Amino acid sequence: MLTAALRKELLLQWRTRSQMMAVFVFGATSLLLFSFAIGPNAEMLRTFSSGFLWLGLLLSSTLTLAESFHTEMENRAFEGLLLLPSDARALYYGKAIANWLQLTLLGCALVPVMVILYDAGTTALLKLLVIIMLGAAGLSAPGTLYAGITSQVKAKQMLLPLLLFPLIVPALLASVKATSLVILGDPMGQSKAWITLLGAFDLIYWSLCGLLFGRVVED
Amino acid sequence: MTDVSIDVQGVARRYGRRWALAGVTFGVPAGTVVMVAGRNGAGKSTLFRVLATAIRPDRGTATIGGFDVVKHRQDVRRMTAILSHANYLYDALSAKENLHIVADHLGVSRGGVMGILEQVGLASRADDVVATFSAGMRKRLSFGRILLQDPKVVLLDEPYGALDPAGFDLVDEVIRELKRRGATIMMATHQWERSAALSDAALVLEAGKIVFEGPADQVASC
Amino acid sequence: MKSRVPYVFLALGAALLLFGSYWGLFIAPAEQYMGNVQRIMYVHVPTAWSWMLAILWAFGCAIAFLSTSNMKWDSRMEAGVEVGVLLAFMLCCQGAIWAKPTWGVWWDWDPRLTSVAVLLVASLGIMALRSFVDDPHRRAIWSAVATIIASVDLPIVYFSVKWWNSLHQQQSTPNTVSSAFYIPLRVNAFGVLFLMIGFIWLRTRVAALRLRQETAIPHGYEEAGELA
Repeated sequence: MLTAALRKELLLQWRTRSQMMAVFVFGATSLLLFSFAIGPNAEMLRTFSSGFLWLGLLLSSTLTLAESFHTEMENRAFEGLLLLPSDARALYYGKAIANWLQLTLLGCALVPVMVILYDAGTTALLKLLVIIMLGAAGLSAPGTLYAGITSQVKAKQMLLPLLLFPLIVPALLASVKATSLVILGDPMGQSKAWITLLGAFDLIYWSLCGLLFGRVVED
Repeated sequence: MTDVSIDVQGVARRYGRRWALAGVTFGVPAGTVVMVAGRNGAGKSTLFRVLATAIRPDRGTATIGGFDVVKHRQDVRRMTAILSHANYLYDALSAKENLHIVADHLGVSRGGVMGILEQVGLASRADDVVATFSAGMRKRLSFGRILLQDPKVVLLDEPYGALDPAGFDLVDEVIRELKRRGATIMMATHQWERSAALSDAALVLEAGKIVFEGPADQVASC
Repeated sequence: MKSRVPYVFLALGAALLLFGSYWGLFIAPAEQYMGNVQRIMYVHVPTAWSWMLAILWAFGCAIAFLSTSNMKWDSRMEAGVEVGVLLAFMLCCQGAIWAKPTWGVWWDWDPRLTSVAVLLVASLGIMALRSFVDDPHRRAIWSAVATIIASVDLPIVYFSVKWWNSLHQQQSTPNTVSSAFYIPLRVNAFGVLFLMIGFIWLRTRVAALRLRQETAIPHGYEEAGELA
């Protein structure tokens, strides 16, 4: 069941990949705009680069998360799957994993933008990838759940960020901090603690949201 | 042969303060075809959605094959298929892919998909994206979904809607095929005469209540 | 006739709060290092305790609702979330009032205050969600789920910010109080608690009444047997 759900999600994402391009441009533009808030101070830009990267990714995530349910709701396709019957939990994890992959890809795509705009490069690419993956997972789990709720409600565009943003504060903090240590240097070896925090957040919310999703999509 | 009769007792369902169904009670014996007639807004779609377990009843109980639609949802879903107003399709995917997804989620082989597409007259458009389909073609594909599910209980909400005359024949064919397989069928329709020929009995709904229950050919006169 | 107990709580709570605040402002001695600024603790700490109870209450009601599907837990949860928002807002204001003379800024990354702010926004989000959903049943389920998720997040937010702060130099935060100040603190604690209980009780009533009105059976269906 999970493989069936995941296959469908990946197929849908592949078919709508042109939208991904638009979301990337949105993210890159956000990073550009953030740099205007600082001005041409190379030192400061570099210091805050990780924060901007993650803010840009967070803002972009509201687009991709909302879109992941748009295709499900326009013809009630999701209900159609539930009535086959399908296990709501499997459908949730399929979608959450697909969203996670998409956000990881987006995060990686924004890294070169960050390097160019903020002169924030690093050689510890593997570590950066791990952080991006964990951070994206932290956004994807609650984001998929809340997108599932808000896609069925009137003011969907407004509600998703309002519900999601306060919730992911710990994941945001940990991701920004860990990324910052990778870029600016980590003399005291603190990044491990932040990565652990991120991992714990992911574990808690991937379990909790999966448990609750069934109630959210059934009448 | 499993019992696939439908039993509805005092089912009511509200939307806000409006009761779309205001207490309906009826039974459908296994293997029969029942036509459901009624004006727009009479409650036919709501009734079907309750039976398909898409929504819960606010009052009353309904069982399909002995399984309660609220307490044994998954069991009811395994037996039941609904042709709804919403076509349950992914616009971005092709007809074939849509059916593949259904097959995957049902746990059945993808091999039967092309055969079903032929049966519903969409074989030539199998690889075309559903977004390019007309309303009638989408309806045909929705029928394909149902055939793939091979259900024991079928709920058809306006099966003839948006179809051309060839489509009408297709619907009759599908209903006869399902009947042959021993399914219990309920269909909501405005095509009374056509449906009466296929039906064993009829119900008429008005403002959420049953106002007529009896032979299908008497519907036009009531 | 509806019970008058909540009004008793409100009256008692107001009286205790007035008494405790008077003591705290005029009778208790000034604190050794912070001076008179410290007196805000007499309302700040009780408000914080009551806020945590309100969150716990909302969390408990959310779980109770998802387990029992009884709408009265939804009304209770709605009251808890709203009163929680009120208390959180007051906490942020009190915290800012304390912070300005002490640290020179209205806000700092105090882990406790930051957690309150995050939960405040989350609770406002839950209230916004409720206002956009017409169907009472779905509204109850979705806001219960959101409340559980937000409540679980509270300790995580607290620890993350605390961790973040421990890497920088940190000014002292308002801490627990020594025994010389116990009486006004205790009195106010009960004062704010009783006020909170009274408000939640009354707000639950309002929520239940509105729910009844939303789901009332329209005329014509009330005759016996119509909706058997």
